[in-house]
Amino acid sequence: MRRPGRLIAELVTVVVAAVVAFPLYWMVLTALKPADEVISADPRPWTLAPTLDSFTRALTVQSFGRYFLNSLVVALVVVVLSLLMSFLAATALTRFRFRGRTTMLIMLLVVQMVPVEALTVPLFFMMRSVGDAVPLFGLNHLGSLVLVHLAFSMPFAIWMLRGFVAAVPVELEEAATLDGASRFRFVWQVLFPLVAPGLVATSVLAFIHAWNDFLFAKTFIISAAENQTLPLALQVFVKPDQNDWGAIMAGSTLMTIPVLVFFVLVQRRLVSGLAGAVKG
Amino acid sequence: MARGHRLPRGDGRAALAYLTPALLVLGGLMAYPIYQLVLISLFDYGQEQVSGGAPLVFLGLGNYTELLADKQFWTVLWQTVGFAATCVVGTLVVGAALAVLATRVRTWARTLLFLAALGAWATPAVAGSTIWLFLFDANFGLVNEVLGSTGFSWTFDRWTAFGLVAAQVVWCSFPFVMVTLYAGIKAIPQEVVEAAALDGASTVRTARSVLLPLLRPLILVVTIQSVIWDFKVFTQIYVMTSGGGIAGRNLVLNVYAYQQAFAASEYGLGATIGVVMTALLLLITIGYLRALRKSGEEL
Repeated sequence: MRRPGRLIAELVTVVVAAVVAFPLYWMVLTALKPADEVISADPRPWTLAPTLDSFTRALTVQSFGRYFLNSLVVALVVVVLSLLMSFLAATALTRFRFRGRTTMLIMLLVVQMVPVEALTVPLFFMMRSVGDAVPLFGLNHLGSLVLVHLAFSMPFAIWMLRGFVAAVPVELEEAATLDGASRFRFVWQVLFPLVAPGLVATSVLAFIHAWNDFLFAKTFIISAAENQTLPLALQVFVKPDQNDWGAIMAGSTLMTIPVLVFFVLVQRRLVSGLAGAVKG
Repeated sequence: MARGHRLPRGDGRAALAYLTPALLVLGGLMAYPIYQLVLISLFDYGQEQVSGGAPLVFLGLGNYTELLADKQFWTVLWQTVGFAATCVVGTLVVGAALAVLATRVRTWARTLLFLAALGAWATPAVAGSTIWLFLFDANFGLVNEVLGSTGFSWTFDRWTAFGLVAAQVVWCSFPFVMVTLYAGIKAIPQEVVEAAALDGASTVRTARSVLLPLLRPLILVVTIQSVIWDFKVFTQIYVMTSGGGIAGRNLVLNVYAYQQAFAASEYGLGATIGVVMTALLLLITIGYLRALRKSGEEL
């Protein structure tokens, strides 16, 4: 390609990148602005007096730290449990011969397409009944969120891990068997470390799924303010006509940073993981 | 199954042991609720029935006929279709254009673009919606300041509100399309393009007759994926239009179902909308599976 053409393309790229990144820049900037600059009728795209006041307000007045912790607990428990269960299921579906295997694979694909949002009504009543028996997993408790996100993230996780398990040569298992390793040992000491890249990609998606959820947190955590998660807590700031935009943007920043860090750290593995899942 | 016969120890009991935890969770929290969803949609299930103050009345398809006769349902349905279509087209056009652009620039520019896209992709929907709301705020928003239209409310009018939400949805979902299509374009062997050039094909001709057919399966995957996502947008609509707009004029199916069930305590009707939504998406899924099979994908 000729140089002027490429230069124009690069110029366009830079402008597009700036436009795409701008809302995030504006979020961080607003979070760092002093209060009077935030509600100025003449907003400027910079600030000369950056301050952490908004963050302090978000963390103390609205106890954002508590909600942050709640979200983190839900997301991490979901990630760990979903990885273990999905890995076992993917191993069985890829490596074992048994009747109904193909049927199960088709079911797995179909279940991925079910709009989980449609299940709020039955799940709400289920969690209410569960709560009568085991309060920890009932309405208003974080356990209910762990349960649903575990279920929602698993079909895709199994589907994705299947590709990674299949990529490990069968010869390796045969060699391990010849060396006297039991199947259990092979699965945990050979297979598990080998599918690690797939586990990373899968865990990111499960984490984001649980971290971002708004609908189920809103449906299940109705009256226990201390068990709210971040997306809901952010909504509490939003009041008609008297929004504390500084604190809202500080809260949004706190909510976005973990996901952003996660994404940047694993982006390569995420893309190769997704590619692996598509290739199946 | 081709490799299966080389595994001497494959047996049902071991498989069952490995599958049990996943099956329990999926059975209890996916399969059973789907069954319950259909069941609830067949009953008149409101606040009195929930609290035990009134007996359950089996309606059969009563909720469905009520829904189909409801003018608001049809408005919401068409709004959902229009909104999803706008989002899908916007996402695909922006994502594809930027994927092509990314192949024509040097690494530093591409990295810049991908980093920005990664940021938009990673932003949680609630945070993203709130940022956009603030940018377009009537009094303190930057957009009104730049346009000199201070005081103009973007979320008041039905169409500007839908447009704003659609723009936000495109912003956070085009990166997936861009990254996937970019990887797809990169995977096409350079020789194919060179051969086309040697045969005297123009750039446009090469793109249309050589690259597009090769990318077809991938374009299909991102299209269907986008349709599924955009058809059930909840958070953006709920947050940006405060639960569906003034008098519910910005409702989409998902938010409508939620409002019917949890705001109006019409759980039966809410479940019915859920069933309709699931059925529509399953239809799309079947199309997806058939298209995948056509493109040579195997289970």
